[in-house]
Amino acid sequence: MQASDRFNINSQLEHLQAKYVGTGHADLTRFEWAVNIQRDSYASYIGHSPMLAYFSIAENESIGRERYNFMQKMLLPCGLPPERDED
Amino acid sequence: MYLYNLTLQRTTGVVCAVIGSFSGRDSKKSSATAPGSSTQEIAVARGSTLELLRHDPDTGRFHTMLSVDVFGAIRSLAQFRLPGATKDYLVVGSDSGRLVILEYSPDRNRFDKVHQETFGKSCCRRTVPGQLLAVDPKGRALCIAALEKQKLVYVLNRDAAARLTISSPLEAHKSNTITFSLTALDCGFGNPIFAAIELEYAESDRDPTGQAADQAQKYLTFYELDLGLNHVSRKASEPIDNGANLLVTVPGGADGPSGLLVCCENFVLYRNQGHPEVLAVIPRRADLPAERGVLIVAAATHRQKDKFFFLLQTEYGDIFKVDLEHNGGTVTELRIKYFDTIPVTSAICVLQSGFLFAASEFGNHALYQFRYLGQDVDVESSSATLMETEEGFHPVFFQPRALKNILCINEIESLMPIMDMCVANLFDEETPQVFTACGRGSRSTLRILRPGLAISEMARSMLPAEPIAVWAVKKNINYMFDAYIVVSFANVTLVLSIGETIEEVSDSQFLGTTHSLAVSLLGENSLMQVHPNGIRHIREDGRVNEWRTPGKKTITKVGSNQLQVVIALSGEELIYFEMEMTGQLMEVEKQDMSGDVACLAIAPVPEGRQRSRFLAVGSYDNTIRILSLDPDDCLQPLSVQSVSSAPESLMFLEVQASVGGEDGADHPANLFLNAGLRNGVLFRTNVDMVTGQLSDTRSRFLGPRPPTLFPCIISHRQAMLCLSNRPWLGYMHQGHFRLTPLSCDTLESAASFSSDQCTEGVVAVAGGALRIFTIERLGETFNETAIPLRYTPRKFVILPKKKYLAVIESDKGALSAEEREAAKECFEASGAVENGNSKMQNGDGLEEGGEESNTLSDEQYGYPKAESERWVSCIRILDPRSRDTTCLLELQDNEAAVSICMVNFHDKEHGTLLAVGTAKGLQFWPKRNLSAGFIYIYKFVDEGRSLELLHKTQVEEVPLALCQFQGRLLAGVGSVLRLYDLGKRKLLRKCENKLFPRTIVSIHTYRDRIYVGDMQESFHYCKYRQDENQLYIFADDGVPRWLTAANHIDFDTMAGADKFGNIYFARLPKDVSDEIEEDPTGGEIKWEQGKLNGAPNRIVEIAQFHVGDVVTCLQKASLIPGGGECLIYGTVMGSVGALLAFNCREDVDFFSHLEMHLRQEHPPLSGRDHMEYRSSYFPVKDVIDGDLCEQFTSIPADTQRKIADELDRTPGEILKKLEDIRNKII
Repeated sequence: MQASDRFNINSQLEHLQAKYVGTGHADLTRFEWAVNIQRDSYASYIGHSPMLAYFSIAENESIGRERYNFMQKMLLPCGLPPERDED
Repeated sequence: MYLYNLTLQRTTGVVCAVIGSFSGRDSKKSSATAPGSSTQEIAVARGSTLELLRHDPDTGRFHTMLSVDVFGAIRSLAQFRLPGATKDYLVVGSDSGRLVILEYSPDRNRFDKVHQETFGKSCCRRTVPGQLLAVDPKGRALCIAALEKQKLVYVLNRDAAARLTISSPLEAHKSNTITFSLTALDCGFGNPIFAAIELEYAESDRDPTGQAADQAQKYLTFYELDLGLNHVSRKASEPIDNGANLLVTVPGGADGPSGLLVCCENFVLYRNQGHPEVLAVIPRRADLPAERGVLIVAAATHRQKDKFFFLLQTEYGDIFKVDLEHNGGTVTELRIKYFDTIPVTSAICVLQSGFLFAASEFGNHALYQFRYLGQDVDVESSSATLMETEEGFHPVFFQPRALKNILCINEIESLMPIMDMCVANLFDEETPQVFTACGRGSRSTLRILRPGLAISEMARSMLPAEPIAVWAVKKNINYMFDAYIVVSFANVTLVLSIGETIEEVSDSQFLGTTHSLAVSLLGENSLMQVHPNGIRHIREDGRVNEWRTPGKKTITKVGSNQLQVVIALSGEELIYFEMEMTGQLMEVEKQDMSGDVACLAIAPVPEGRQRSRFLAVGSYDNTIRILSLDPDDCLQPLSVQSVSSAPESLMFLEVQASVGGEDGADHPANLFLNAGLRNGVLFRTNVDMVTGQLSDTRSRFLGPRPPTLFPCIISHRQAMLCLSNRPWLGYMHQGHFRLTPLSCDTLESAASFSSDQCTEGVVAVAGGALRIFTIERLGETFNETAIPLRYTPRKFVILPKKKYLAVIESDKGALSAEEREAAKECFEASGAVENGNSKMQNGDGLEEGGEESNTLSDEQYGYPKAESERWVSCIRILDPRSRDTTCLLELQDNEAAVSICMVNFHDKEHGTLLAVGTAKGLQFWPKRNLSAGFIYIYKFVDEGRSLELLHKTQVEEVPLALCQFQGRLLAGVGSVLRLYDLGKRKLLRKCENKLFPRTIVSIHTYRDRIYVGDMQESFHYCKYRQDENQLYIFADDGVPRWLTAANHIDFDTMAGADKFGNIYFARLPKDVSDEIEEDPTGGEIKWEQGKLNGAPNRIVEIAQFHVGDVVTCLQKASLIPGGGECLIYGTVMGSVGALLAFNCREDVDFFSHLEMHLRQEHPPLSGRDHMEYRSSYFPVKDVIDGDLCEQFTSIPADTQRKIADELDRTPGEILKKLEDIRNKII
């Protein structure tokens, strides 16, 4: 890699994408975008305890159960990924 | 408009709690615990507040040592101790993107930030650490992790000066991996090892067939920190049960086998590196539906010298005791034994002194005492008796029973969650009451909050006539308890002696045939009674010296302390007496006053001195004079203060110097002169201890009745009772002077009281009664009375005329009342056979008297779980005065009540009616779904005590909002706003508008405007045109807001709160509003055109503030008589706050500058930037954070001075400003 490459916009983006999970790029599919949004949302719900409490009141579950459910949902937040086009 | 935000009741719910010895103090009670062990405190995170609690073994209560707002969401806490140290540090994982290590300083009573390490961006992001925290048991390293990917390990050490040092972080990241739980292994002094439950998702994201997702496997991963190489390596990663959710460290080294307990859904495993898995099934409640698992949500470890065990609590509240049978490093058996059942907690802590602190996730927290350690035979599941069938492992069943091993000894109140709130004065008291619907499920309550301190009455007895004054006196200054209560009536004095009982005596030498003006202990051991005709001095040996007034003069006023007495005679004459060394009371000086004396007071004798120098004289010419009592300038004026009205009562309050310590900040000794003025104002001024000059005056209106002041003792310090229309208590709390009302009716006279049964009480007279009470929960803003409810309260309304409350309650996934009854009977009939463990039958009290012990209180055990799509619900009419439920309608058929309102239809046939919106078969996942919605119309019968169904109307969606409008009923049915009129058989649709984006959650009306709140899209302003029978939206908000609460402020303004914890005010610009009102079509033409897919006009945000907690209710109200209205809010985490609008620009400037300086000089403890926190979702606008401003009172004096200099004021002036604005709110 040449020294000049380090500063061009693409390599900076790549660096960002590696560092911050969920940083978008031009070829992001709708599914990938949604998955990121969902995972971020679940992480936010778990992090903000009042929100977690709010959900658990609605669902009438314990807060611990609700937190566990949200963590589990981070695995496949939007269901199965779509079939990829061959090309 | 500028607003001032002030939290009135701090968050009462608990997010997490850790136990440790943060003050590092030695335990005073060495008998109870091992000698040399230190006292334990509990650090509790309540949303954005960090609290330190200490259990007081004498009272059995928890005492809040420190409560500090950190302005950040605290997500995890951990405690650690460096090897050989006696004091624990507190690690805080928050949303600040920083790791903060705090040290509690017992001398200054505050947390000091020892280290603050920045590692990432702020906010709760999934890859920024803060959610999970683990510390090596030997305090050598800590690991802080995010939900995904990142884990950072810091090495902790100490430098030459024994200060804590922290290394730069070592990374142990793994991409595309979710971390469920993190803990540190106890591996003695070997390299620190951290363990985590991890789940990788990269494969599942790529595989469209779903095979990878099905096979996704959780791993238990061990990370070893090599202290020599300063490097973290991923040492081992072993597959583990896919239901794993929580790790608990097993003691290691000399104490145990080391390793981990892995709590999984339905199982508990013991795991260690290179150790075979030991598995046991968690016993199941017999009535649990098959679809439900059992998850451990809280865990605590108890360690004694020779053994240890774990307490694990399930999501249903059952606590299990887990023991390990181990031999050397191998674990041979894991036993799970049913221990007891308590409400579900978010954290449990075992105290060394044999107590269990349970921080409930909803509702009151509790303290339990261990009676047994669960040695008795009980339902038990063990790894040795594992039964494996085709469907997996077969669980052991049990039925929860009454508490056996632990005993509840104290509760700490928690309002969490506040579901709805209403401020109203239903009891015709001086201040309005705050009605809050709190709690969840079986622990739901309606709580009535009253501003002020609670009193608990110890005794009340009727007296023969109406007393005018009361005193309690000791016989000797060295005695602990009072000897007499002296009650003065209009012309007699009654003396009661305090012993086993309180009874009248006649041998006390007090003069009974006249009324008394003052009774007190004089000198060391003599008593004094001042009556109109003289002073009666009763010596210890029973001798009586009587000083008589000259001529026909009578004594009108008295002031005295322990050694000095001053009296005012009717002829405007002042006579001053002093107690001599011989114990004789001698007249010293006489002086004629220019006018009648209104009141007198002498300052208390300073310690080590013979006399106090100050006498305060209040006159009817609206002045208070300070006179000297020194022999050389006796009765000469030192200073004069003019006041707004004639003083009625005077009192000096001496504040002892404090050099910090647990209860107080640093403050020098101070003398305050308090005066109750005729116009009802309490006037307080600082008296210079040398010159007697008065400075720094504060005044506060207490009530129309002139306050009379009485000294008393509160938590071993001098305090002041001010009796106006209601009593107020002025006392020092955590270094600050507070003036708080007591929740009690008017008192005539009061005195401090101390006896065997009640060491720090107050004796008071009111009406014809003598009352003895104690004052509790100092420092609290509200005191509460709770009325139990059946299910989670959703909303309630006040029936204005009858002052009853109509409450709707509903719960998801619970059995209805009849089914519960049936299940209970079934259980009782079958006895304990169902328990799956026949030995249980021999348990005490199960057979005989089993009725009682088996009838489980739902409050303790929760309702049995049903399938999650089932709903139960009820409508209740409640009389808050008698606390009786006068009517309770349980809804049938899986219906849930969701909205309620009072409505008066045009047709006045039925008068006021109650409309209740319900949803049948409501489900949230995967999409909201229901089988039908209904609007019930009820008629009040039996004078509003009962309900009678008029009719019900089916609607197609959930009717989440109802409101009366121009003699009709407006209903938000899903996304449709509809106007109904009352028909004979059902409601009649009159008009509707289907243009709302999502779901209507709130409707407010004012004149012809309708303010509609949408679940996701903020407010929409509508109008109704009668002539064309048309509803149309003329303005909406450009910002998407997930509305949780709304309140109407004025014609153009609404206040709202969103799900993310913001409060905002939205206003229709004035010109637009005028234009619409002037337009003959009411903006209708424009509406037809629309703008950018929305309404033609936009409402704009005029104020915005991040509270940090989901606000569930808003109301515009005034909490004090004559006070300005403010917006009161209640939150899910159980806090109550207020937003007050400033009424002058000067104050806005002052407070915004103060806020600015505090942000700089006193950054929040969590490491979060204050402004960033208050702008978490939207930039904060025009709201000044009073919680931050009030921290000014607790910062060091030099910083205070620095800030005050910047503001061109003195610290005293700033404190006064803060006090003033607080007094405007509460």
